[in-house]
Amino acid sequence: MSETTLWLTIVGAGLCTWLLRLSFIETWRWLSVPPLLDRALRYVPAAVMAALVVPALVRMDGAVNLSPDNLRLLAGLLAAAVAWYSRNVLLTLAVGMGALWALQAVT
Amino acid sequence: MATRREVFGAGVTAVLPMLPGIAPFGVIAGLTAVGTGLSAAQAMLLSGLVFAGASQLAMLQLLAEGAIPAVILLTVITVNLRFAMYSASLAPHFQHLGRSWRLPLAYLLVDQNYASSINRYLHGGPEGAVHGHWFYLGGGVTLWLTWQTATAVGVFMGASIPRDLSLEFAIPLVFMVLLVPALRDRAHIIAALTGGVVATVAADMPLHLGIVTGAGSGIVAGMLCDRQPGRRP
Repeated sequence: MSETTLWLTIVGAGLCTWLLRLSFIETWRWLSVPPLLDRALRYVPAAVMAALVVPALVRMDGAVNLSPDNLRLLAGLLAAAVAWYSRNVLLTLAVGMGALWALQAVT
Repeated sequence: MATRREVFGAGVTAVLPMLPGIAPFGVIAGLTAVGTGLSAAQAMLLSGLVFAGASQLAMLQLLAEGAIPAVILLTVITVNLRFAMYSASLAPHFQHLGRSWRLPLAYLLVDQNYASSINRYLHGGPEGAVHGHWFYLGGGVTLWLTWQTATAVGVFMGASIPRDLSLEFAIPLVFMVLLVPALRDRAHIIAALTGGVVATVAADMPLHLGIVTGAGSGIVAGMLCDRQPGRRP
């Protein structure tokens, strides 16, 4: 990607995000939220976050790898337990990264 | 009756406990941006304009993989669709304001500020409605400054951190913490499971549309699940 395209992509991402934020605040007077859209939007956080997390853990070198050779999966499962019980970003980062580095050091 | 200044201060105070969770996320966003090859100026502009961590990290991941701009923007929109939901929820509370207020207030809409403000508007009693937008502004400005400072720290650190630390692994770790509170009932868990599995299977799709496909499938699965009679949680 050229430098110009990269700059434009960053600006475009900012603009799209702002328009999403503005959407119903700006149109509320003459547009009600369609019920189907309202229902769909409820599932966005769960579906999106899982779509970002799961492939990053179970895929290794371009293929699904559920064996113990996949160190990211092992470290990720440990971090997932910490995230579940603590809901703390800093603690989850510390445990997950620490576990990955420890596993990389011993294998 | 509370003054504007007091309400603004209350908005700031309300988001203070959330800052320790946001700061490391912002540092990771800055680090990852520089690690992906963005210049310091590009990294700061990204945090400044987009101001939404999950979408910034998803975007950087796609940039690193060489995705085309259209797919990057589509993914950013998908990850940030929840802002439309927040926008609809806050809209009735901003209708008395002119456009010169609404446009910048929308820009400050993030998860934490939404949660804090809607709680005050809905459960704050008569007092909660007085100068309500100043409460939102206080929280939004505080979160924005924290995010930009944390990004700057990450960008600054990025130059001095060795490349072989697997720091990109911090991205899914951050997303995990965001995923947990979203799993509030059976339909949401089904949405997450479907989103995760489909995104994994679709990861080799052309054009890097795996995240968008996974998220879309998860949303549909969640909606189908909450429709089934007798299965409502």
